Amino acid sequence: MKPATPATPIPAPDLLDATRVLARTRWRVAAALTLCMVGVYFGFILLVAFQPQLLATLVSEGLSLGIVCGAAVIVAAWVLTYVYVSWANRVYDPALATLRVLRATHDAAVAAGSSDVANGATR
Amino acid sequence: MSTDRVAIAFFFGFITLTLGITWWASRRTSTAEDFYAAGRSISAGQNGFALAGDYMSAASFLGIAGLVSTSGFDGLIYSTGWLVGWPVVLFLIAEPLRNLGRYTFADVVAARLDPMPVRISAAYGTLATIAFYLIAQMVGAGSLIRLLFGISYELAVLIVGVAMMAYVLFGGMLATTWVQIVKAVLLLGGAATLAVLVLAQFDFDPRVLFAAAAAQYGSGVLSPGKLVSNPYDAMSLGLALMFGTAGLPHILMRFYTVPDARAARQSVFIATGLIGLFYLMTFVLGFGAMVLVGPEAIRLVDAGGNMAAPMLAELLGGRPFFGFISAVAFATILAVVAGLALSGAAAISHDLWASVIRKGHPLPGEEVKVARIATVGLAIVAMVLGIAFKEQNVAFMVGLAFAIAASANFPALVLSVFWRRTSTAGAAASMVVGTTATLALIALSPAVQIDLLHHDSAWFPLKNPALVTIPLSFLTGIVVSLRWPDAQSAERYAALETRLLLGAK
Repeated sequence: MKPATPATPIPAPDLLDATRVLARTRWRVAAALTLCMVGVYFGFILLVAFQPQLLATLVSEGLSLGIVCGAAVIVAAWVLTYVYVSWANRVYDPALATLRVLRATHDAAVAAGSSDVANGATR
Repeated sequence: MSTDRVAIAFFFGFITLTLGITWWASRRTSTAEDFYAAGRSISAGQNGFALAGDYMSAASFLGIAGLVSTSGFDGLIYSTGWLVGWPVVLFLIAEPLRNLGRYTFADVVAARLDPMPVRISAAYGTLATIAFYLIAQMVGAGSLIRLLFGISYELAVLIVGVAMMAYVLFGGMLATTWVQIVKAVLLLGGAATLAVLVLAQFDFDPRVLFAAAAAQYGSGVLSPGKLVSNPYDAMSLGLALMFGTAGLPHILMRFYTVPDARAARQSVFIATGLIGLFYLMTFVLGFGAMVLVGPEAIRLVDAGGNMAAPMLAELLGGRPFFGFISAVAFATILAVVAGLALSGAAAISHDLWASVIRKGHPLPGEEVKVARIATVGLAIVAMVLGIAFKEQNVAFMVGLAFAIAASANFPALVLSVFWRRTSTAGAAASMVVGTTATLALIALSPAVQIDLLHHDSAWFPLKNPALVTIPLSFLTGIVVSLRWPDAQSAERYAALETRLLLGAK
C-alpha cells in the first residue's frame, strides 16, 4: 500500500477516461462554434438568396443592410476564432498539461513495475 | 496595355529575392521532414502569414475587386464565403491534424485504418483538387502577365511553371513558406496602400464611397443582384467555399511546419485576422474602382474585370504604383502555385510511393528524390493544362477546386478523427465517391454542358455540385463504415484519442 500523494499514478482505464472527457469537451466546444459559424454564414446566404430586397434597405446614407451584414459575417468569424483561442488558452491547454503529468506518472509507475497501475486495479 | 518597365523591375526584384530565399533554404533542406515540413521550424506568426499567403490567391485579389467593381454587392458573397472556412479549419482540423499526422492529411485518415486503400483514395482526391486549382492559377497567370507585360500567354505560363519548379525543387517547404510570407506582406501592404488612397478621395469614410457608387450607378449596386439569381446555386457555392478550405491539401500541409498543436492553433487565428482584413479591404477597392475607374473602362481592358485593382492603382499612384501592384499580383500566383505543387508532390511521394509502393519503408533519401521528380512532373502537367485551358473563367475553376476539396477530403478527415466507428472501407469509399461524384456532376453541369460544349440543356442543374456531393460523401462514409466495420476498430481508436490530444510523443 502506497501513501496517497497528488502524484499517485492513476490506473490505465482512469487515464483513458480522463483523456476521453477532455476530448469530448473539446469536441463539444468545436462543434458548437462550427454550428455558430455555419448559422451566421448561411443566414447571410439565405437572406441574399431569398430576401434581396430586405438587404437593399439603407441603414444610413450609402450604407445598405447587405453591406453591413457582409462585414458582420467577417467580424463574426473573427469573434468566433477569438472565443475558441481564448477558451483553448484558458481551459484546454492547462487541462492538457494536467493530462500530460498524469500520463508521465502512470508511465513511470508502469516502468517501475507496479502491477496495480498497469492492470487498473482499484486503489 | 504595353510592356511596363517599372512592373518588370518590381517583378524581377521579387524573383531575385525569392530565388535568394530558395538558395538559402536549399542548404537547410536535406531530410524528408525538411522538404515537406520545413523541419517543423516555422513559428506560429510566420505560419499565420504563410497560410494567408497561400490562401489570398489572384482569384481573391484581382477577381473579387473586379467582381465588386463591375457588379457591386454580389462580389462580396465571395469575400465572406472565402473567409468563413477559416474558423471551421481552426475548430475542427488544425490541432488534430498536427497531432496525428506527419506530412499529408492522409496521415491523419490513415492513422488508425489500413493505410493502403486510404492513401490511394486520398491521393486521388488530393490530385483532383490540385489539378483544378493549378489550372485556375496557371490560366490566371497567363492572362494577367500577357496584359501586364505584353508577352505571350504561353511564355507567361512557362515562366510561372519554371519559377515554381525552382522554389519547390531546391528549397522545399522552407523556401515555399518564405515565398508565401514575402508575398503576403507585399499583398497586404499593396492592398492597404491602395485602400487608403481610395478612402483619401472620400473623406476617409467608406459610407461616402458607397453613396458615390449608388449615386452614379443606382442603389442596386449596394444590394444582391443577378449573380445569385438561383438560390440553390448560391447555397451550393457557399457550402463549397466554407468546407473546401478545410480540405485543401496545400493549406492542411502547412500545419505540419509548426512545432506543435498550440502553434498550429495560433497560426490559424493570425491567418483568419489577416485574411478577414484583406477581404474587408476588397470592399473598398472594388467600390473604389467602380466609382473612380468605372465598370465600362474596366470591362474594356478585361471582360472578366480582373484588371480593376491594377487600373485603380495606376489612377491613384501613377505608373510606378501600377507596376508594383502588377508585380504583387504575379508574385501572388507564383507563390500559390508553388504551394500547390509541393502538396501534390507530397501526395505522390509520401502517400503513393513511400506508403503504398514501399509499404511505409522507403529507402533512405528515396522519398525526397521521388518528391522532386514528382514536382518536375507536376510542373510540366500544370504548364500543359494551363495552355490547354486558356481563357477559362478563373474564379469559377477555383470554386470547383473548392467543391472537390470539400467533398473528397473534408468528410473523410472529420469522420476518421471524430467518429469512432469509421472503418477503412468507409473512409476510402467516402473519398473515392466524393471525388468521382464531384467530377461527374461538374461534367454534367450547365457550366460544362451549356457554356463549354454549347448543348441546349444540362443533366445537372447546379453550377457547383457541393450541395449534393458533400452530404453524399458523408453519407457514403457512414453507411459503408456501418456495413463493413474494421476489426479492433475500438482499440485503435482509444490509442488515437490519446494522440489526438497529446500528439505523437
